[in-house]
Amino acid sequence: MATDIIIHDKKDNVGVVVIEKITPKQDCACWIMEDDSSANIQSLDEIPLGHKIAMIDLNEGDTILKYGHDIGKVIKSIKKGEHVHVHNVKTKKW
Amino acid sequence: MEIPKSFLGYKRENGRAGTRNHVIILPVDDISNACAEAVANNIKGTIALPHSYGRLQFGADLELHFRTMIGTGCNPNVAAVIVIGIEPKWTKKIVDGIAKTGKPVEGFHIERTGDIGTTMKASKKAQEFVMWASEKQREECPLSDLWISVKCGESDTTSGLAANPTVGNLMDKLEPLGVHLCFGETSELTGAEQVCATRGATKEASEKFMKTWSSYNDFILKEATDDLSESQPTAGNIAGGLTTIEEKAFGNFQKIGNCKFIDVLEPAEEPTKGKGLYFMDTSSAAAECVTLQAAAGFNIHLFPTGQGNIVGNPIEPVVKLTANPLTVKGMGEHIDCDVSKILSREMNLSEAGDELIKTTLRVANGRLTCAEALGHREFVMTKLYRSA
Repeated sequence: MATDIIIHDKKDNVGVVVIEKITPKQDCACWIMEDDSSANIQSLDEIPLGHKIAMIDLNEGDTILKYGHDIGKVIKSIKKGEHVHVHNVKTKKW
Repeated sequence: MEIPKSFLGYKRENGRAGTRNHVIILPVDDISNACAEAVANNIKGTIALPHSYGRLQFGADLELHFRTMIGTGCNPNVAAVIVIGIEPKWTKKIVDGIAKTGKPVEGFHIERTGDIGTTMKASKKAQEFVMWASEKQREECPLSDLWISVKCGESDTTSGLAANPTVGNLMDKLEPLGVHLCFGETSELTGAEQVCATRGATKEASEKFMKTWSSYNDFILKEATDDLSESQPTAGNIAGGLTTIEEKAFGNFQKIGNCKFIDVLEPAEEPTKGKGLYFMDTSSAAAECVTLQAAAGFNIHLFPTGQGNIVGNPIEPVVKLTANPLTVKGMGEHIDCDVSKILSREMNLSEAGDELIKTTLRVANGRLTCAEALGHREFVMTKLYRSA
């Protein structure tokens, strides 16, 4: 089965869309690079290539993990399957 | 893949080897650009390197100016140099710096002679240099004569997933063969700085990195009027799915693979600790960073991009790679190496690394890069602060 979403690290709570776009209610195949394992998720939003999807429900103040590392904080709660980007996540730096 | 042990380069007087054979016309200062460009227009096969600075600079900023000018002339991709400045003293300082390599270099100053007289004198010498350089032949050089710099630009999440790790894979394979390697982009390691510091080969290198990063970060915090959301990540980064500087930094950092850096260089500083990976303190702006790395002596550059940065450099060939299939489709004329099949899992990272090694060697042997064919010659000096 083709891969729709790639996840860097098992600890990550977001994945990256690697097809042109995913549409709402799409059942997506995920590949986790770290241990070559697979997972599935149903999307809630349309998400374009390169953009991130939430793999779990996230609350305001939660930390986004990608590459197994802290890449910022949630500023507006996010449901599993929703688009994760500048509208709901912000840097902890600067 | 068996990695070739050599490439075809131009052997220079000081023992280095070039992947190119340029004769450059180097203006010392902004007001000498017109004359330098006139000479390059007169004498075919030469290139002028116009830029915006070189007057009334002082202190560390002036030292960086000289280091960049002299380093550019010393780069082994340059066969011979004409230096043109308004005044004799700074012109001579740059000529003397370049002359230490043993390559042909001659300086001209415009004061008391004017543009037309200087153009005539400099053109005669430039003609002599370019005809001499045109007889230089490529010879077999050991792979360790490659000095490879890297910098990414217009990054998106595909950069961190695939294009940058492809460069990392190349580094892991070429580092044991004795090449010099260099990464920079101090501000774009923000968020990953602690992890990056652990990649120093020695405690000293790690501490030097943290000192350099902290000083740059302090400067940004001092000058910032907001959270830099207009600059870092850029609008292009955000369009490509990158959300925060931390995310960009961890993507950026994939470029060094599993290598450890042996030293931290000042901007445009030539490495002196032998083969291996170096970190250079640079801006993350593409043309500024590549100009500094070329001035430090690096002779081929690898540039992974996501959304499609188009930068080139007049003396150091810039090899572009991308993993974003939309970028390959929309602006393929800028892409030397397409690794987008990593995303569809039709290609693994090691295969991508091998492809990039092949492309790098073809370019080292003389194949023009996309940026060279398209005429990209961005030569951008880094300025540290206002002139006096």
